[in-house]
Amino acid sequence: MRIALSFIAAFLLMLVPLPDWATTYRPDWVLLVLIYWCLAMPDRVGPVAGWMVGLLVDITQANLLGLNALGMSLVGYLANRFHYRLSMFPWLQQAVSVLLMLLLYRALVGWIRGFFSTWNLDFTYWVPCLVGMLVWPLLHIILQELCRVPKTR
Amino acid sequence: MARETPSTSLFRFALLVCISVLVMIVDYRSHYLQHLRSALATVITPLQVVATLPNEIAERVNIWFISSEGLREDHEALRSEYVQLKSSLQTLEALERENEALRHLLDAAEKIKDKVLMAELIEVSLDPYTHKILVDRGLRDGTHVGQPVFDPTGVMGQVTQVMPFTSAVTLITDPGHATPVQVRRNGLRAVAFGTGNSDRLRISYLSQIADIRVGDVLVSSGLGGRFPTGYPVATVISVENDPGEAFLHIEAEPTAKIDRSSQVLLVWRAEQQSQIAEEPTVEPYVGAEQELQAAILKEEASRRQ
Repeated sequence: MRIALSFIAAFLLMLVPLPDWATTYRPDWVLLVLIYWCLAMPDRVGPVAGWMVGLLVDITQANLLGLNALGMSLVGYLANRFHYRLSMFPWLQQAVSVLLMLLLYRALVGWIRGFFSTWNLDFTYWVPCLVGMLVWPLLHIILQELCRVPKTR
Repeated sequence: MARETPSTSLFRFALLVCISVLVMIVDYRSHYLQHLRSALATVITPLQVVATLPNEIAERVNIWFISSEGLREDHEALRSEYVQLKSSLQTLEALERENEALRHLLDAAEKIKDKVLMAELIEVSLDPYTHKILVDRGLRDGTHVGQPVFDPTGVMGQVTQVMPFTSAVTLITDPGHATPVQVRRNGLRAVAFGTGNSDRLRISYLSQIADIRVGDVLVSSGLGGRFPTGYPVATVISVENDPGEAFLHIEAEPTAKIDRSSQVLLVWRAEQQSQIAEEPTVEPYVGAEQELQAAILKEEASRRQ
């Protein structure tokens, strides 16, 4: 329930229209929430949940089906696989690992996108990853406080 | 819950990757997944509606602060525009009647009018790396994939995904979209490609001797059967001739207000209307590439003559 609600919030944040300049900085909210749950509840949220959420993202964005699903299942798998290590990390180190996952996700999605259609890649494509890293600690605290999850082992 | 070993989770992940790739290819090549998309979209639509709320509230609040002075000015402007349009409509009606009579004399089939439906833009942000918009008409209103979309000033794009209550429209400026056009002045055919920039189109594959100038209006040519003939698409704003290259480098600006229109027109083309009445199923999506290929072939054929 908590998981579903937080994902709904993330979807809303993804959909809310912003002025053009701000769209460039919008982090991948859904992905960040996914990473959080992969770390906090590795038994329940993993690649499969990531795949399903990704499919919904594809539909919401009117994109090729399976594009974000693949990216999110990859992140779900990685976050799940390394959740012991990641939840042990201090803040900064954790944020940097999140940045790596976000970059990997964008690289994979962008690469596949290039297969199926033409699109213009420039450096602004990577900006949301940095923003994502910056909001990660905040998101972590907020979700932890709101959801009162027993601390991960 | 049983703790899973790394190898099973890796296996599960590999399986997901395979499924994703399969889904992507099927979705790209065909329309078998249309139903899945429709079903899942009904879950998403409420979220999209909620996401537009802040904007709508802001608009409502804005309305309270509009001065009566501004309203009066708007009213005046609209009134004069109305009178002008009304008078031009009268001549149009006369012409139409005349045209009908002439067609009747020629025994030609009477031209059925295209059916038009107004659609409102749903202001949610989609993927910023493709040029798509979401409109509030869907399967319920009989929209179908490949349907042309206009705004009052020109061609906007075509419907590429149909969901129960909404449709996604790919704009002509999408980097993957190609619009078959012709120069209104001399009928020269060309293809206008999207650039990913909402005020630029690129005209490719026109040889250096092609007769095209800055200021030429490009209208839809009707090749490829997707867009009806004769609607304005773009105005040429630059023609560069690099002697080292085989083709001209031409840029054009779309006539439609691609990123400003909040209301668009969905068009049911006359020849498709009867078809729709019989079978409300979604047509297979032919894709911009095939449209483009057809246009290029025709182009080549016309050059050989």
